Amino acid sequence: MTQLRSDLAIIARNVRSGSRILDVGCGDGQLMAALRDHKQVDARGLEIDPVNVATAVSRGLSVVQGDADSDLVDYPDGCFDYVILSQTLQTTRRPDIVLDHMLRIGRQAFVSFPNFAQWRIRIAHMFGGQMPVTEQLPHRWYDTPNIHHVTIDDFRSFLKDRGVVIEGQWFLSGDRPRKKALANLMAEHAVFLLRQG
Amino acid sequence: MAKAMHGDERFGLDKRVRLLGPVRLDSGAEFAPVDFAYETYGSLNPDKSNAILICHALTGDQHVASRHPVTGKDGWWTRMVGPGKPIDPARHCIISINVMGSCMGSSGPASVDPSTGGPYGMAFPVITIADMVRAQAILLDHLDIPILSAVVGGSMGGMQALCWASLFPERVRSAVVIASTARHSAQNIAFHEVGRQAIMADPRWNNGAYYGREAPASGLAVARMAAHITYLSEAGLTEKFGRRLQNRPDGSMGAKSFGFDADFQVESYLRYQGLSFVDRFDANSYLYITRAMDYFDLAEPHDGVLAKAFAATKARFCLISFDSDWLYPTSESRRIVHALNAAGAAASFVELSSPFGHDSFLLDAPEMNRIVDGFLRAGENL
Repeated sequence: MTQLRSDLAIIARNVRSGSRILDVGCGDGQLMAALRDHKQVDARGLEIDPVNVATAVSRGLSVVQGDADSDLVDYPDGCFDYVILSQTLQTTRRPDIVLDHMLRIGRQAFVSFPNFAQWRIRIAHMFGGQMPVTEQLPHRWYDTPNIHHVTIDDFRSFLKDRGVVIEGQWFLSGDRPRKKALANLMAEHAVFLLRQG
Repeated sequence: MAKAMHGDERFGLDKRVRLLGPVRLDSGAEFAPVDFAYETYGSLNPDKSNAILICHALTGDQHVASRHPVTGKDGWWTRMVGPGKPIDPARHCIISINVMGSCMGSSGPASVDPSTGGPYGMAFPVITIADMVRAQAILLDHLDIPILSAVVGGSMGGMQALCWASLFPERVRSAVVIASTARHSAQNIAFHEVGRQAIMADPRWNNGAYYGREAPASGLAVARMAAHITYLSEAGLTEKFGRRLQNRPDGSMGAKSFGFDADFQVESYLRYQGLSFVDRFDANSYLYITRAMDYFDLAEPHDGVLAKAFAATKARFCLISFDSDWLYPTSESRRIVHALNAAGAAASFVELSSPFGHDSFLLDAPEMNRIVDGFLRAGENL
Protein backbone atom coordinates (compact mmCIF):
# COMPACT_ATOMS: atom_id res chain seq x y z
CA MET A 1 0.00 0.00 0.00
CA THR A 2 1.86 2.99 -1.27
CA GLN A 3 1.41 6.68 -0.63
CA LEU A 4 -1.04 6.40 2.26
CA ARG A 5 -0.70 9.08 4.92
CA SER A 6 1.22 7.49 7.79
CA ASP A 7 -1.71 7.28 10.23
CA LEU A 8 -3.81 5.69 7.47
CA ALA A 9 -1.00 3.24 6.74
CA ILE A 10 -1.07 2.13 10.37
CA ILE A 11 -4.82 1.60 10.19
CA ALA A 12 -4.52 -0.21 6.86
CA ARG A 13 -1.86 -2.58 8.23
CA ASN A 14 -3.99 -3.48 11.23
CA VAL A 15 -7.35 -4.05 9.52
CA ARG A 16 -8.21 -7.73 9.07
CA SER A 17 -8.51 -8.91 5.46
CA GLY A 18 -12.06 -9.39 4.25
CA SER A 19 -13.61 -7.34 7.04
CA ARG A 20 -16.43 -4.78 6.79
CA ILE A 21 -15.44 -1.20 7.50
CA LEU A 22 -17.09 2.19 7.71
CA ASP A 23 -14.72 5.11 7.10
CA VAL A 24 -16.22 8.20 8.72
CA GLY A 25 -14.88 11.33 7.06
CA CYS A 26 -13.41 9.23 4.28
CA GLY A 27 -12.37 12.19 2.10
CA ASP A 28 -11.96 11.10 -1.50
CA GLY A 29 -11.76 7.46 -0.44
CA GLN A 30 -7.99 6.91 -0.50
CA LEU A 31 -7.94 4.58 2.51
CA MET A 32 -11.09 2.75 1.39
CA ALA A 33 -9.64 2.15 -2.06
CA ALA A 34 -6.39 0.83 -0.60
CA LEU A 35 -8.24 -1.50 1.76
CA ARG A 36 -10.51 -2.71 -1.03
CA ASP A 37 -7.63 -3.34 -3.41
CA HIS A 38 -5.15 -4.90 -0.98
CA LYS A 39 -7.23 -6.43 1.79
CA GLN A 40 -10.50 -7.35 0.04
CA VAL A 41 -12.34 -5.22 2.53
CA ASP A 42 -16.04 -4.38 2.09
CA ALA A 43 -15.73 -0.65 2.65
CA ARG A 44 -18.37 2.05 3.13
CA GLY A 45 -17.73 5.72 3.62
CA LEU A 46 -19.36 8.81 5.07
CA GLU A 47 -18.08 12.18 3.87
CA ILE A 48 -19.36 15.72 4.25
CA ASP A 49 -17.87 17.32 1.13
CA PRO A 50 -19.84 16.58 -2.07
CA VAL A 51 -16.79 16.95 -4.33
CA ASN A 52 -14.94 14.32 -2.28
CA VAL A 53 -18.01 12.06 -2.38
CA ALA A 54 -18.20 12.40 -6.15
CA THR A 55 -14.53 11.50 -6.49
CA ALA A 56 -14.90 8.50 -4.19
CA VAL A 57 -18.02 7.23 -5.96
CA SER A 58 -16.35 7.67 -9.33
CA ARG A 59 -13.59 5.40 -7.97
CA GLY A 60 -16.25 2.78 -7.47
CA LEU A 61 -16.53 3.20 -3.72
CA SER A 62 -19.76 3.22 -1.73
CA VAL A 63 -19.76 6.61 -0.07
CA VAL A 64 -22.69 8.52 1.39
CA GLN A 65 -22.66 12.26 1.75
CA GLY A 66 -23.33 13.08 5.35
CA ASP A 67 -22.11 14.46 8.62
CA ALA A 68 -20.54 12.37 11.41
CA ASP A 69 -22.34 14.52 13.97
CA SER A 70 -25.83 13.93 12.62
CA ASP A 71 -25.84 10.82 10.43
CA LEU A 72 -24.11 8.04 12.38
CA VAL A 73 -27.36 7.59 14.28
CA ASP A 74 -28.81 6.06 11.09
CA TYR A 75 -26.49 3.04 11.13
CA PRO A 76 -27.65 -0.12 12.87
CA ASP A 77 -25.73 -1.66 15.80
CA GLY A 78 -22.76 -3.88 15.09
CA CYS A 79 -23.02 -3.75 11.31
CA PHE A 80 -19.27 -3.19 10.74
CA ASP A 81 -16.10 -4.88 11.96
CA TYR A 82 -14.31 -1.54 12.11
CA VAL A 83 -15.43 2.06 12.12
CA ILE A 84 -12.58 4.40 11.20
CA LEU A 85 -12.30 8.08 12.09
CA SER A 86 -9.01 9.51 10.87
CA GLN A 87 -8.09 13.13 11.57
CA THR A 88 -11.75 13.97 12.01
CA LEU A 89 -12.48 13.61 15.74
CA GLN A 90 -11.23 17.12 16.51
CA THR A 91 -13.54 18.63 13.86
CA THR A 92 -16.79 17.16 15.18
CA ARG A 93 -19.23 19.15 17.28
CA ARG A 94 -19.63 16.33 19.80
CA PRO A 95 -16.64 13.97 19.69
CA ASP A 96 -18.05 12.03 22.65
CA ILE A 97 -21.32 11.21 20.88
CA VAL A 98 -19.50 10.43 17.62
CA LEU A 99 -17.27 7.96 19.48
CA ASP A 100 -20.30 6.38 21.20
CA HIS A 101 -21.86 5.77 17.81
CA MET A 102 -18.64 4.38 16.36
CA LEU A 103 -18.37 1.83 19.17
CA ARG A 104 -22.05 0.97 18.76
CA ILE A 105 -21.89 0.55 14.96
CA GLY A 106 -18.55 -1.23 14.81
CA ARG A 107 -17.06 -4.03 16.83
CA GLN A 108 -13.85 -2.02 16.92
CA ALA A 109 -12.98 1.57 16.11
CA PHE A 110 -9.84 3.23 14.82
CA VAL A 111 -9.42 6.85 15.83
CA SER A 112 -6.49 9.01 14.74
CA PHE A 113 -5.95 12.64 15.69
CA PRO A 114 -3.25 15.30 15.95
CA ASN A 115 -1.85 15.58 19.48
CA PHE A 116 -2.30 19.11 20.79
CA ALA A 117 0.23 18.50 23.59
CA GLN A 118 3.20 17.82 21.31
CA TRP A 119 6.21 19.87 22.46
CA ARG A 120 6.33 22.21 19.46
CA ILE A 121 2.77 23.25 20.10
CA ARG A 122 3.47 23.68 23.82
CA ILE A 123 6.46 25.90 23.06
CA ALA A 124 4.58 27.98 20.53
CA HIS A 125 1.82 28.48 23.03
CA MET A 126 4.09 29.15 26.00
CA PHE A 127 6.49 31.58 24.34
CA GLY A 128 4.41 32.95 21.52
CA GLY A 129 1.37 33.46 23.71
CA GLN A 130 -0.82 32.78 20.68
CA MET A 131 -2.76 29.80 19.36
CA PRO A 132 -0.09 27.71 17.65
CA VAL A 133 0.09 27.48 13.88
CA THR A 134 2.30 24.51 13.01
CA GLU A 135 2.93 22.22 10.08
CA GLN A 136 0.49 19.64 11.41
CA LEU A 137 -2.06 22.23 12.58
CA PRO A 138 -1.68 24.93 9.93
CA HIS A 139 -4.93 26.81 10.57
CA ARG A 140 -5.42 30.03 12.50
CA TRP A 141 -7.82 30.22 15.45
CA TYR A 142 -10.67 31.71 13.41
CA ASP A 143 -10.55 29.45 10.37
CA THR A 144 -9.58 26.13 11.88
CA PRO A 145 -11.90 23.17 11.32
CA ASN A 146 -10.40 21.72 14.52
CA ILE A 147 -12.91 22.89 17.07
CA HIS A 148 -12.11 20.30 19.75
CA HIS A 149 -8.36 20.19 20.21
CA VAL A 150 -7.37 17.11 22.17
CA THR A 151 -4.17 15.67 23.61
CA ILE A 152 -3.20 12.03 23.91
CA ASP A 153 -3.58 12.18 27.69
CA ASP A 154 -6.98 13.89 27.36
CA PHE A 155 -8.10 11.12 25.06
CA ARG A 156 -6.82 8.37 27.34
CA SER A 157 -8.62 9.74 30.40
CA PHE A 158 -11.76 10.24 28.31
CA LEU A 159 -11.61 6.56 27.29
CA LYS A 160 -11.01 5.49 30.87
CA ASP A 161 -14.01 7.47 32.12
CA ARG A 162 -16.21 5.77 29.54
CA GLY A 163 -14.85 2.26 30.08
CA VAL A 164 -13.58 2.03 26.51
CA VAL A 165 -10.89 -0.61 26.01
CA ILE A 166 -7.70 0.34 24.15
CA GLU A 167 -6.73 -2.60 21.93
CA GLY A 168 -3.87 -0.88 20.17
CA GLN A 169 -2.10 2.47 20.11
CA TRP A 170 0.46 3.91 17.73
CA PHE A 171 2.27 7.24 17.73
CA LEU A 172 3.91 9.26 15.00
CA SER A 173 6.30 12.14 14.60
CA GLY A 174 6.01 13.13 11.01
CA ASP A 175 6.05 9.78 9.24
CA ARG A 176 8.22 8.09 11.87
CA PRO A 177 6.76 5.81 14.52
CA ARG A 178 7.40 6.78 18.14
CA LYS A 179 7.49 4.79 21.32
CA LYS A 180 4.61 4.89 23.77
CA ALA A 181 6.82 6.49 26.39
CA LEU A 182 6.44 10.29 26.47
CA ALA A 183 4.02 10.07 23.56
CA ASN A 184 1.92 12.93 24.91
CA LEU A 185 4.97 15.21 24.75
CA MET A 186 6.71 13.84 21.68
CA ALA A 187 4.10 12.48 19.24
CA GLU A 188 2.46 14.62 16.58
CA HIS A 189 -0.22 12.07 15.82
CA ALA A 190 -1.87 9.21 17.64
CA VAL A 191 -3.82 6.22 16.35
CA PHE A 192 -6.00 4.22 18.73
CA LEU A 193 -7.80 0.94 18.20
CA LEU A 194 -10.77 0.76 20.56
CA ARG A 195 -13.67 -1.40 21.56
CA GLN A 196 -16.58 -0.95 23.91
CA GLY A 197 -15.69 -2.28 27.37
CA MET B 1 -25.84 5.42 -32.70
CA ALA B 2 -24.49 1.91 -33.15
CA LYS B 3 -26.67 -0.47 -35.08
CA ALA B 4 -27.88 -2.97 -32.56
CA MET B 5 -27.86 -6.76 -32.58
CA HIS B 6 -27.52 -7.27 -36.27
CA GLY B 7 -30.27 -9.44 -37.64
CA ASP B 8 -32.25 -9.76 -34.42
CA GLU B 9 -35.52 -7.98 -35.06
CA ARG B 10 -36.20 -7.65 -31.35
CA PHE B 11 -33.43 -5.07 -30.97
CA GLY B 12 -33.09 -1.58 -32.38
CA LEU B 13 -34.86 1.75 -32.54
CA ASP B 14 -38.62 2.31 -32.42
CA LYS B 15 -39.60 -1.29 -31.71
CA ARG B 16 -43.12 -2.50 -30.99
CA VAL B 17 -44.25 -5.86 -29.71
CA ARG B 18 -47.44 -7.35 -28.30
CA LEU B 19 -46.85 -9.99 -25.61
CA LEU B 20 -49.36 -12.32 -24.04
CA GLY B 21 -48.56 -11.40 -20.46
CA PRO B 22 -50.51 -11.23 -18.31
CA VAL B 23 -49.25 -8.51 -15.98
CA ARG B 24 -50.55 -9.27 -12.51
CA LEU B 25 -51.57 -5.88 -11.20
CA ASP B 26 -51.45 -4.61 -7.62
CA SER B 27 -55.19 -4.00 -7.87
CA GLY B 28 -55.69 -7.76 -8.16
CA ALA B 29 -56.63 -7.59 -11.84
CA GLU B 30 -54.66 -9.11 -14.68
CA PHE B 31 -53.84 -7.22 -17.83
CA ALA B 32 -53.31 -8.91 -21.17
CA PRO B 33 -52.18 -8.71 -23.87
CA VAL B 34 -49.51 -6.08 -23.27
CA ASP B 35 -48.16 -3.76 -25.93
CA PHE B 36 -44.64 -2.45 -25.61
CA ALA B 37 -42.96 0.40 -27.41
CA TYR B 38 -39.24 0.37 -26.71
CA GLU B 39 -35.80 1.05 -28.08
CA THR B 40 -32.42 -0.59 -27.64
CA TYR B 41 -29.01 0.90 -28.30
CA GLY B 42 -25.78 -1.07 -28.47
CA SER B 43 -25.41 -4.84 -28.35
CA LEU B 44 -25.87 -7.42 -25.68
CA ASN B 45 -22.52 -9.05 -24.97
CA PRO B 46 -22.15 -12.87 -25.10
CA ASP B 47 -22.55 -13.35 -21.35
CA LYS B 48 -25.47 -10.86 -21.28
CA SER B 49 -23.83 -8.84 -18.54
CA ASN B 50 -24.01 -5.36 -20.07
CA ALA B 51 -27.75 -4.59 -20.16
CA ILE B 52 -28.84 -1.26 -18.74
CA LEU B 53 -32.51 -0.41 -18.41
CA ILE B 54 -33.34 3.29 -18.48
CA CYS B 55 -36.65 4.20 -16.88
CA HIS B 56 -38.34 7.40 -17.90
CA ALA B 57 -40.21 10.01 -15.88
CA LEU B 58 -43.92 10.91 -15.88
CA THR B 59 -44.12 12.41 -19.35
CA GLY B 60 -41.00 10.78 -20.78
CA ASP B 61 -40.83 8.02 -23.32
CA GLN B 62 -38.66 5.37 -24.93
CA HIS B 63 -36.82 7.91 -27.07
CA VAL B 64 -34.04 8.38 -24.55
CA ALA B 65 -31.40 9.08 -27.19
CA SER B 66 -33.28 9.17 -30.47
CA ARG B 67 -35.38 11.83 -32.15
CA HIS B 68 -38.90 12.21 -30.75
CA PRO B 69 -41.38 11.44 -33.56
CA VAL B 70 -43.88 14.17 -32.55
CA THR B 71 -41.67 17.04 -31.39
CA GLY B 72 -38.67 16.27 -33.62
CA LYS B 73 -36.43 17.01 -30.65
CA ASP B 74 -33.40 14.95 -29.63
CA GLY B 75 -33.87 12.20 -27.06
CA TRP B 76 -34.66 13.37 -23.54
CA TRP B 77 -31.40 12.17 -21.96
CA THR B 78 -28.71 12.57 -24.59
CA ARG B 79 -26.56 14.21 -21.90
CA MET B 80 -26.36 10.85 -20.11
CA VAL B 81 -26.85 8.32 -22.92
CA GLY B 82 -24.85 8.16 -26.12
CA PRO B 83 -21.36 7.71 -27.52
CA GLY B 84 -18.78 8.85 -24.96
CA LYS B 85 -21.46 9.36 -22.31
CA PRO B 86 -21.68 7.45 -19.00
CA ILE B 87 -24.23 5.11 -20.57
CA ASP B 88 -22.63 4.29 -23.87
CA PRO B 89 -23.91 2.00 -26.63
CA ALA B 90 -20.30 1.06 -27.34
CA ARG B 91 -20.19 -0.64 -23.93
CA HIS B 92 -23.78 -1.20 -22.91
CA CYS B 93 -26.92 -2.77 -24.28
CA ILE B 94 -29.33 0.04 -23.41
CA ILE B 95 -33.04 -0.65 -23.18
CA SER B 96 -35.65 2.07 -22.84
CA ILE B 97 -39.33 1.14 -22.57
CA ASN B 98 -42.38 3.37 -22.69
CA VAL B 99 -44.13 2.69 -19.37
CA MET B 100 -47.47 0.96 -19.17
CA GLY B 101 -50.20 3.60 -18.93
CA SER B 102 -48.35 6.03 -21.16
CA CYS B 103 -49.24 7.09 -24.68
CA MET B 104 -46.17 6.52 -26.82
CA GLY B 105 -47.00 3.00 -27.93
CA SER B 106 -47.09 0.87 -24.81
CA SER B 107 -50.49 -0.19 -23.47
CA GLY B 108 -52.33 2.77 -22.01
CA PRO B 109 -55.80 4.31 -21.89
CA ALA B 110 -55.50 5.53 -25.49
CA SER B 111 -54.60 2.03 -26.77
CA VAL B 112 -57.16 -0.12 -28.51
CA ASP B 113 -58.83 -2.65 -26.23
CA PRO B 114 -58.79 -5.87 -28.28
CA SER B 115 -62.00 -6.98 -26.59
CA THR B 116 -64.00 -3.96 -27.83
CA GLY B 117 -62.04 -2.69 -30.80
CA GLY B 118 -62.16 0.84 -29.27
CA PRO B 119 -59.80 2.74 -26.98
CA TYR B 120 -59.69 1.62 -23.34
CA GLY B 121 -60.32 5.08 -21.95
CA MET B 122 -61.34 4.76 -18.32
CA ALA B 123 -61.70 0.99 -18.73
CA PHE B 124 -57.92 0.81 -18.59
CA PRO B 125 -57.01 -0.61 -15.17
CA VAL B 126 -55.50 1.67 -12.53
CA ILE B 127 -51.84 0.67 -12.33
CA THR B 128 -48.93 1.22 -9.97
CA ILE B 129 -45.19 1.78 -10.35
CA ALA B 130 -44.70 -1.89 -9.44
CA ASP B 131 -47.10 -2.87 -12.25
CA MET B 132 -45.02 -0.86 -14.72
CA VAL B 133 -41.93 -2.72 -13.50
CA ARG B 134 -43.60 -6.14 -13.73
CA ALA B 135 -44.59 -5.31 -17.31
CA GLN B 136 -41.00 -4.31 -18.13
CA ALA B 137 -39.81 -7.66 -16.75
CA ILE B 138 -42.09 -9.42 -19.23
CA LEU B 139 -40.48 -7.51 -22.10
CA LEU B 140 -36.98 -8.29 -20.81
CA ASP B 141 -37.93 -11.99 -20.72
CA HIS B 142 -38.95 -11.64 -24.36
CA LEU B 143 -35.55 -10.07 -25.10
CA ASP B 144 -33.81 -12.93 -23.22
CA ILE B 145 -32.19 -10.48 -20.81
CA PRO B 146 -32.13 -12.20 -17.42
CA ILE B 147 -29.87 -9.75 -15.57
CA LEU B 148 -29.66 -5.98 -15.59
CA SER B 149 -26.20 -4.61 -15.03
CA ALA B 150 -27.99 -1.43 -14.00
CA VAL B 151 -31.42 0.12 -13.79
CA VAL B 152 -31.17 3.88 -14.14
CA GLY B 153 -33.82 6.52 -13.72
CA GLY B 154 -34.61 10.03 -12.58
CA SER B 155 -37.81 11.13 -10.87
CA MET B 156 -40.50 8.50 -11.62
CA GLY B 157 -37.71 6.57 -13.37
CA GLY B 158 -35.91 6.43 -10.03
CA MET B 159 -39.04 5.01 -8.41
CA GLN B 160 -39.01 2.26 -11.01
CA ALA B 161 -35.30 1.59 -10.40
CA LEU B 162 -35.96 1.22 -6.65
CA CYS B 163 -38.94 -0.99 -7.39
CA TRP B 164 -36.87 -3.16 -9.73
CA ALA B 165 -34.25 -3.78 -7.05
CA SER B 166 -36.97 -4.60 -4.54
CA LEU B 167 -39.23 -6.77 -6.73
CA PHE B 168 -36.52 -8.56 -8.72
CA PRO B 169 -33.47 -8.63 -6.45
CA GLU B 170 -31.93 -11.49 -8.40
CA ARG B 171 -32.11 -9.58 -11.68
CA VAL B 172 -30.58 -6.23 -10.68
CA ARG B 173 -26.85 -5.71 -10.12
CA SER B 174 -27.02 -1.97 -9.55
CA ALA B 175 -29.49 0.88 -9.42
CA VAL B 176 -29.00 4.56 -10.13
CA VAL B 177 -31.74 6.66 -8.56
CA ILE B 178 -31.65 10.37 -9.35
CA ALA B 179 -33.88 13.14 -7.97
CA SER B 180 -36.36 10.59 -6.74
CA THR B 181 -38.19 9.27 -3.71
CA ALA B 182 -39.40 6.02 -2.16
CA ARG B 183 -42.87 7.44 -1.58
CA HIS B 184 -45.12 10.25 -2.71
CA SER B 185 -45.64 12.84 -0.01
CA ALA B 186 -48.91 14.59 0.76
CA GLN B 187 -47.57 17.63 -1.08
CA ASN B 188 -46.64 15.51 -4.13
CA ILE B 189 -50.14 14.00 -4.18
CA ALA B 190 -51.71 17.42 -3.71
CA PHE B 191 -50.00 18.89 -6.78
CA HIS B 192 -50.98 15.87 -8.85
CA GLU B 193 -54.57 16.18 -7.71
CA VAL B 194 -54.65 19.78 -8.95
CA GLY B 195 -53.55 18.52 -12.35
CA ARG B 196 -56.09 15.71 -12.45
CA GLN B 197 -58.90 18.01 -11.40
CA ALA B 198 -57.95 20.45 -14.15
CA ILE B 199 -58.24 17.65 -16.72
CA MET B 200 -61.47 16.23 -15.35
CA ALA B 201 -63.03 19.70 -15.07
CA ASP B 202 -62.49 20.24 -18.79
CA PRO B 203 -65.89 19.42 -20.39
CA ARG B 204 -64.10 17.84 -23.33
CA TRP B 205 -62.66 15.21 -20.99
CA ASN B 206 -66.10 13.52 -21.07
CA ASN B 207 -65.21 10.86 -18.47
CA GLY B 208 -62.22 9.88 -20.53
CA ALA B 209 -64.23 9.14 -23.68
CA TYR B 210 -62.80 11.85 -25.94
CA TYR B 211 -60.84 9.75 -28.43
CA GLY B 212 -61.78 10.62 -32.00
CA ARG B 213 -63.02 13.99 -30.78
CA GLU B 214 -61.47 17.10 -29.32
CA ALA B 215 -59.17 16.24 -26.41
CA PRO B 216 -59.36 18.08 -23.07
CA ALA B 217 -56.40 20.20 -24.08
CA SER B 218 -57.08 23.17 -21.81
CA GLY B 219 -57.36 20.94 -18.76
CA LEU B 220 -54.21 19.05 -19.65
CA ALA B 221 -52.34 22.31 -20.31
CA VAL B 222 -53.26 23.63 -16.86
CA ALA B 223 -52.17 20.31 -15.32
CA ARG B 224 -48.83 20.65 -17.06
CA MET B 225 -48.44 24.28 -15.98
CA ALA B 226 -49.03 23.40 -12.32
CA ALA B 227 -46.65 20.45 -12.51
CA HIS B 228 -44.01 22.41 -14.38
CA ILE B 229 -43.72 24.87 -11.48
CA THR B 230 -42.79 21.96 -9.23
CA TYR B 231 -39.98 20.96 -11.59
CA LEU B 232 -38.27 24.36 -11.24
CA SER B 233 -36.94 26.28 -8.28
CA GLU B 234 -37.89 29.71 -7.06
CA ALA B 235 -34.31 30.87 -7.59
CA GLY B 236 -34.35 29.44 -11.11
CA LEU B 237 -37.64 31.16 -11.99
CA THR B 238 -36.44 34.43 -10.51
CA GLU B 239 -33.21 34.27 -12.46
CA LYS B 240 -34.95 33.38 -15.71
CA PHE B 241 -37.97 35.69 -15.50
CA GLY B 242 -38.00 37.75 -12.33
CA ARG B 243 -40.95 40.14 -12.59
CA ARG B 244 -40.14 41.01 -16.18
CA LEU B 245 -43.06 41.84 -18.45
CA GLN B 246 -43.73 40.64 -21.96
CA ASN B 247 -43.46 42.94 -24.93
CA ARG B 248 -47.03 43.78 -25.99
CA PRO B 249 -48.34 42.81 -29.43
CA ASP B 250 -48.69 46.54 -30.26
CA GLY B 251 -44.94 46.87 -29.86
CA SER B 252 -44.90 48.57 -26.49
CA MET B 253 -42.04 47.23 -24.44
CA GLY B 254 -42.87 45.49 -21.20
CA ALA B 255 -46.07 47.35 -20.34
CA LYS B 256 -48.87 46.04 -18.16
CA SER B 257 -52.08 45.35 -20.07
CA PHE B 258 -54.38 45.96 -17.08
CA GLY B 259 -56.09 42.80 -18.18
CA PHE B 260 -55.51 39.08 -17.97
CA ASP B 261 -53.22 38.44 -20.88
CA ALA B 262 -49.86 36.90 -20.14
CA ASP B 263 -48.27 40.14 -18.95
CA PHE B 264 -45.43 38.52 -17.11
CA GLN B 265 -42.81 36.53 -18.94
CA VAL B 266 -43.27 33.66 -16.50
CA GLU B 267 -46.96 33.48 -17.44
CA SER B 268 -46.15 33.35 -21.10
CA TYR B 269 -43.53 30.68 -20.47
CA LEU B 270 -45.95 28.51 -18.49
CA ARG B 271 -48.69 28.90 -21.11
CA TYR B 272 -46.24 27.80 -23.76
CA GLN B 273 -45.21 24.79 -21.65
CA GLY B 274 -48.87 23.83 -21.26
CA LEU B 275 -49.79 24.29 -24.90
CA SER B 276 -46.80 22.45 -26.33
CA PHE B 277 -47.41 19.56 -23.94
CA VAL B 278 -50.90 18.77 -25.18
CA ASP B 279 -49.57 18.03 -28.66
CA ARG B 280 -47.50 15.16 -27.36
CA PHE B 281 -49.37 13.75 -24.39
CA ASP B 282 -52.68 12.07 -23.68
CA ALA B 283 -54.81 13.48 -20.86
CA ASN B 284 -55.97 10.06 -19.64
CA SER B 285 -52.38 8.83 -19.54
CA TYR B 286 -51.63 11.82 -17.35
CA LEU B 287 -54.39 10.73 -14.95
CA TYR B 288 -53.21 7.12 -14.82
CA ILE B 289 -49.52 7.80 -14.41
CA THR B 290 -49.93 10.51 -11.77
CA ARG B 291 -52.21 8.10 -9.90
CA ALA B 292 -49.53 5.39 -10.09
CA MET B 293 -46.98 7.83 -8.66
CA ASP B 294 -49.35 8.89 -5.86
CA TYR B 295 -49.89 5.25 -4.90
CA PHE B 296 -46.12 4.73 -4.73
CA ASP B 297 -44.81 3.93 -1.28
CA LEU B 298 -42.11 1.29 -1.47
CA ALA B 299 -42.32 0.62 2.28
CA GLU B 300 -46.08 0.02 2.32
CA PRO B 301 -46.01 -3.71 1.43
CA HIS B 302 -43.29 -4.15 4.09
CA ASP B 303 -45.19 -2.98 7.19
CA GLY B 304 -44.00 0.54 6.50
CA VAL B 305 -40.35 -0.43 7.03
CA LEU B 306 -38.42 0.72 3.98
CA ALA B 307 -35.32 -1.33 4.85
CA LYS B 308 -37.37 -4.51 4.46
CA ALA B 309 -38.04 -3.59 0.82
CA PHE B 310 -34.31 -4.04 0.23
CA ALA B 311 -33.85 -7.13 2.42
CA ALA B 312 -33.14 -9.48 -0.49
CA THR B 313 -31.23 -7.11 -2.75
CA LYS B 314 -27.59 -7.65 -3.61
CA ALA B 315 -27.56 -4.57 -5.80
CA ARG B 316 -25.28 -1.58 -5.42
CA PHE B 317 -27.13 1.71 -5.25
CA CYS B 318 -26.18 5.19 -6.32
CA LEU B 319 -28.49 8.01 -5.27
CA ILE B 320 -28.17 11.60 -6.37
CA SER B 321 -30.31 14.53 -5.26
CA PHE B 322 -30.21 18.23 -6.09
CA ASP B 323 -30.21 20.92 -3.43
CA SER B 324 -32.83 23.06 -5.20
CA ASP B 325 -35.24 20.14 -5.85
CA TRP B 326 -38.25 20.70 -3.60
CA LEU B 327 -40.41 18.12 -5.38
CA TYR B 328 -38.27 15.18 -4.22
CA PRO B 329 -35.91 16.89 -1.78
CA THR B 330 -32.61 15.53 -0.49
CA SER B 331 -34.33 14.34 2.71
CA GLU B 332 -36.20 11.72 0.65
CA SER B 333 -32.95 10.40 -0.83
CA ARG B 334 -31.43 10.32 2.64
CA ARG B 335 -34.39 8.30 3.86
CA ILE B 336 -33.64 5.73 1.15
CA VAL B 337 -29.93 5.72 2.03
CA HIS B 338 -30.83 5.18 5.69
CA ALA B 339 -32.95 2.15 4.73
CA LEU B 340 -30.22 0.79 2.45
CA ASN B 341 -27.68 1.11 5.27
CA ALA B 342 -30.04 -0.71 7.61
CA ALA B 343 -30.45 -3.43 4.99
CA GLY B 344 -26.67 -3.69 4.60
CA ALA B 345 -26.82 -2.74 0.93
CA ALA B 346 -23.92 -0.95 -0.75
CA ALA B 347 -25.14 2.60 -1.15
CA SER B 348 -23.62 5.79 -2.41
CA PHE B 349 -25.32 9.12 -2.14
CA VAL B 350 -24.48 12.68 -3.00
CA GLU B 351 -26.45 15.91 -3.04
CA LEU B 352 -25.36 18.09 -5.95
CA SER B 353 -25.76 21.81 -6.15
CA SER B 354 -27.81 23.21 -8.99
CA PRO B 355 -30.16 26.17 -9.33
CA PHE B 356 -32.58 24.33 -11.63
CA GLY B 357 -34.73 22.38 -9.18
CA HIS B 358 -36.11 18.94 -9.95
CA ASP B 359 -35.37 19.28 -13.66
CA SER B 360 -31.63 19.43 -12.89
CA PHE B 361 -31.24 15.74 -13.68
CA LEU B 362 -32.26 16.37 -17.29
CA LEU B 363 -29.87 19.28 -17.71
CA ASP B 364 -26.14 19.61 -18.06
CA ALA B 365 -24.66 18.34 -14.78
CA PRO B 366 -21.03 17.26 -15.27
CA GLU B 367 -20.72 16.12 -11.66
CA MET B 368 -23.76 13.85 -12.05
CA ASN B 369 -22.20 12.33 -15.18
CA ARG B 370 -18.87 11.82 -13.43
CA ILE B 371 -20.56 9.99 -10.56
CA VAL B 372 -22.77 7.80 -12.75
CA ASP B 373 -19.84 6.97 -15.03
CA GLY B 374 -17.59 5.93 -12.11
CA PHE B 375 -20.38 4.02 -10.42
CA LEU B 376 -21.24 2.03 -13.56
CA ARG B 377 -17.60 1.33 -14.45
CA ALA B 378 -16.93 0.05 -10.93
CA GLY B 379 -19.79 -2.43 -11.41
CA GLU B 380 -18.36 -3.57 -14.72
CA ASN B 381 -15.01 -4.34 -13.06
CA LEU B 382 -16.47 -6.46 -10.25
